Amino acid sequence: MATQLKRTELIFKEYMDCNALMKNVMKMGRDAFIQELLDSGLKGRGGAGFPTGLKWKIVKETNSDVKYVVCNADEGEPGTFKDREILTKASDKVVWGMALAAYIVGAKEGFIYLRGEYKFLGTKLRIAIDRMENSIRALGINFKLELVFGAGAYICGEETSLLQSMAGHRGEPTNKPPFPVNWGYLGKPTVVNNVETFVNTMIIAEIGSAEYKKLGTKASQGSKLFSVSGDCCKEGVFELEMGMTVQEFVEEFGDGDTKAVQVGGASGFCVPRKEFANTIIGYEGIPTGGSMKVFNSSRSMYNILENYLVFFEEESCGQCTPCRVGTQQLLRGVRAVKRKEKPKSYLDELLKLANTMKYASKCGLGRSVGNAFKSIIENFREEIVY
Amino acid sequence: MNNTVNITINGTPLQVAEGTTILNAAKMLNVHIPTLCHHDDLCVAGNCRICVVEVKGDKTLVASCATPVKEKMEILTNTQQIRQARKHILELLLTEHNINCIKCSKSNSCELQTLALEYRTDEELFLSLRRESNPDMSSYAIQKDSSKCIRCTRCVRTCAEIQGVNALTMSYKGMHTIMTTFLDKPMSEVVCTNCGQCINRCPTGALIERNYIEEVWDAIYDPSKHVVVQTAPAVRVALGERFALRPGHRVTGKMVAALRSMGFDSILDTDWSADLTIMEEGTELLSRLKKALVDGDASTALPMFTSCSPGWIKFIEHIYPDFLPNLSTCKSPQQMFGALAKTYYAEKKGIDPKNMISVSIMPCTAKKYEANRPEMRDSGFQDVDYVLTTRELASMIQQTGVNVNTLKAENYDSIMGASTGAAVIFGATGGVMEAAIRTAYEIVTGREVPFEKLNIIPVRGFEGIKEASLRLEKVKPEWDFLEGVELKVAIAHGLANARNLVQAIKDKKVEYHFVEIMACPGGCLGGGGQPIPTNVEIRTARMEAIYKEDEKMPIRKSHENPEIKAIYEEFLEEPNSHKSHKLLHTYYTERNRY
Amino acid sequence: MSNSEEFINQLANKYGRKRESLMPILQEVVEQFYYLSDENMVNIAKELDISTADVYGTATFYSFLATERQGKYSIRVCQTIICDMKHKDDIIEAITEMLAIKPGETTPDGKFSLNFTNCLGWCHKGPAMLINDEYYTELTPEKVKDILLSYMKK
Repeated sequence: MATQLKRTELIFKEYMDCNALMKNVMKMGRDAFIQELLDSGLKGRGGAGFPTGLKWKIVKETNSDVKYVVCNADEGEPGTFKDREILTKASDKVVWGMALAAYIVGAKEGFIYLRGEYKFLGTKLRIAIDRMENSIRALGINFKLELVFGAGAYICGEETSLLQSMAGHRGEPTNKPPFPVNWGYLGKPTVVNNVETFVNTMIIAEIGSAEYKKLGTKASQGSKLFSVSGDCCKEGVFELEMGMTVQEFVEEFGDGDTKAVQVGGASGFCVPRKEFANTIIGYEGIPTGGSMKVFNSSRSMYNILENYLVFFEEESCGQCTPCRVGTQQLLRGVRAVKRKEKPKSYLDELLKLANTMKYASKCGLGRSVGNAFKSIIENFREEIVY
Repeated sequence: MNNTVNITINGTPLQVAEGTTILNAAKMLNVHIPTLCHHDDLCVAGNCRICVVEVKGDKTLVASCATPVKEKMEILTNTQQIRQARKHILELLLTEHNINCIKCSKSNSCELQTLALEYRTDEELFLSLRRESNPDMSSYAIQKDSSKCIRCTRCVRTCAEIQGVNALTMSYKGMHTIMTTFLDKPMSEVVCTNCGQCINRCPTGALIERNYIEEVWDAIYDPSKHVVVQTAPAVRVALGERFALRPGHRVTGKMVAALRSMGFDSILDTDWSADLTIMEEGTELLSRLKKALVDGDASTALPMFTSCSPGWIKFIEHIYPDFLPNLSTCKSPQQMFGALAKTYYAEKKGIDPKNMISVSIMPCTAKKYEANRPEMRDSGFQDVDYVLTTRELASMIQQTGVNVNTLKAENYDSIMGASTGAAVIFGATGGVMEAAIRTAYEIVTGREVPFEKLNIIPVRGFEGIKEASLRLEKVKPEWDFLEGVELKVAIAHGLANARNLVQAIKDKKVEYHFVEIMACPGGCLGGGGQPIPTNVEIRTARMEAIYKEDEKMPIRKSHENPEIKAIYEEFLEEPNSHKSHKLLHTYYTERNRY
Repeated sequence: MSNSEEFINQLANKYGRKRESLMPILQEVVEQFYYLSDENMVNIAKELDISTADVYGTATFYSFLATERQGKYSIRVCQTIICDMKHKDDIIEAITEMLAIKPGETTPDGKFSLNFTNCLGWCHKGPAMLINDEYYTELTPEKVKDILLSYMKK
């Protein structure tokens, strides 16, 4: 029986008096608002899930004359398009969320790193930036926000890589530590948050942590935007409370013949039908940046896997061995098995390799290639071999 | 300030300074962790991932070279997962790597090969991703073969951090990532100084010197040829490393014996022409000072820069061509030697220079390029025919079956074989400056330099940029314009330091009379042609050996070298004479900076 | 000053001559000249006083910063899974038929280049493509032909 998914309407809610919210926070004080964020349980909406309040707290408490706030709008995860939707419909909330962060941590400069593929959003965004900058000046806050563009590199969605790119370098992830909160853009403490996260901080400023916490589950608080595509009865961006099962999701969005759902994009997990009911979407199950791709039984899982691996082989930054060479080996490996040039037991070697990539790669990209690989091979082995 | 933290490595407790990397902490316990992209001279990359270890509580393995220790860290360096990861990483690198090891000159000293052996990667687990080998042979000095590159970026970091040249870069991304030059141009066409520091730090055979071993053997075996060989100061303190001797073990006499046993006809010494360089360069400096101070000639370029280091020469031609007038017009000792071997030496020994082959043994790869410069033919022939690195010489000696260690020391031939302590210190940063001051001060004042045992300590050591000054007092009457002058000098080694120094001079932040620059870290003792590996301990040992060699020499001042006095009497007349200008001085060419 | 020198000099005046000015300068040069010619890369290196190898190494990392000649209109068709499922091959076929170029090629008149690209963020409206900065979604071969015709007339 179909349960009703818990829809919410916060992110795209028409009216938000950002100026008034900012004044409230100023009255409340920096530490008190950080406490609000901590209490709300808000975690980064880009996928990695670091507690936002803690991030701001660290940057606020780091001693430095220059600090930066950066909005990661390099939305590149296959199947994700919710940030584009936010920047189209709720850009004011994003830039005000950044101003809020700047006020809290003591930054005077900020950047929106917008993927080159979304350049068409630039004009509208600049208007939103100007509007915000004017209002905030009246509040006595000095914050300058700049729009910069990516140039076609998925890896730049990784925060250290993004900062490298902003600094005019190859977008190669750097070692952590140091983390951007201590050593970010041009070596200064930097808040890097996803587009959706900034909007959520404004929502918390508006409704308070107590109200916000009522949404979602204990481990996954608040609401989340999901980008839904594939073999669906409806596609698009949907705001849902976290903590639903894949079963619930499929009943709402599937076409009645759903074979698998890829949660979290190419770097996420493939959930097969038999796991729908006991897989929760959220930090207690599969955490996600919101990409939900639905496949029905007409789809070849081999084609899907191959498509992902082509993606990773091109989009790996190429600096670290497990990821640069591993992605190529996984792709060529499954092709060889498909063509019967390698025995099907070769898949087990590749699974071991995927495991090494997960544990030994330098950044999140290499570490997550194995997610889709493993979950597709393990659940759809026959489709890969035959 | 220096807080310590308590950690355990494989269960053994250890107290180390905060900020120490796991890799270095493990070294303290003699726990060996394999590395490839790590190099002591370079910033951390953390990209090969071979050094991964487990930190209890972490979700993934961490790169030990890039991870600082933290209080209570429990580190494991040998678990099933770590071993599997390392073996996989090696397997992966080998699928990209040109594994024609037996034909590779880095075989046996290749870091990848060593690890592959350790991990017994005999089975080819994964599919081949190898690309065709198409080595870039365009440069006289450096040979680049991308099919052997493991993308560790040690060369790129060397070229950027140590040399400030940035001729090498990583390009493209993902599967296409490769080490290359601007537009993948041949090495001979880009802003490469030929310094060879990239070679010293390449873990594989992707970057090696162009070798001229066969050409030299052919000359040796050709009865119609008289083969003259010269050996640079820094070779004698490093060659032994290739024969299992510790760094800094001096093998001067044994090297001479080995060269003789190989069949070279005349075994001579670049140290001799280093002494000559001091006479020429010192005189040039004094005459520039006179022009500037007495004649008030504003066009006199000061400070004067040394010109011994061909990597530095190419660097300044590319990067600071405005400063070419500041370069001493003196050729490097190698090229002074070359010009005189086929003139003075040939004449004295009754050899037709047509039949002479001039070989030099250098710690340097840039010398290979220098010897091939079109302006280096003042003898009427190519002044130096072949330049071999210390490494190539070691290979040749190995081919003869001679064990250098058991050879009895022999002496250089005469003439052009005698030298002084002032010449041998050319091999260390600050050495040319020290040698020049020993001579110039004495010429001007008639007294020895006011330093104990002639050791001018302020110009020694590995600090990136060194400064010193010396007041000239009670000068001889003919130098009275220098009375009371504070002679200001500076020294830089490594081109990144050189760049900073020249830029400061350009910006008029500093002022000097004389500046010594060596392209390589530590000077020639850390040259691009020296035995691999290199690190600051090895370079320090070589430096100490150089200063020991100086101290044991009976004569320690260039102007007292009897064979130098002789050549001025018999052949050159006096320093900076018309004849020495023809043979021993040169000119420079502006080149593209970008 | 050549065209390229003058243009890049102005960009450096606008964005500054620090390393962090490199990306916007590269991007504007590509906008103006459709790709980064050898000459342009040398001029950028000069303005920022960095090595040409650094400019080249940085540029080649980014798929939107071509170092080989590109057409005035750069067509990028999304190849990632959902667009693939929604028949991106038919779109490529339609373009190839109309312009006589395959992915990776540029028309002889220098007007169009065709390339594959990774997820454009229009999965729910795939198949999708970009022509320069403009996006086109829910493509069909017929629709693509109309779009291309409008560019041909430009």
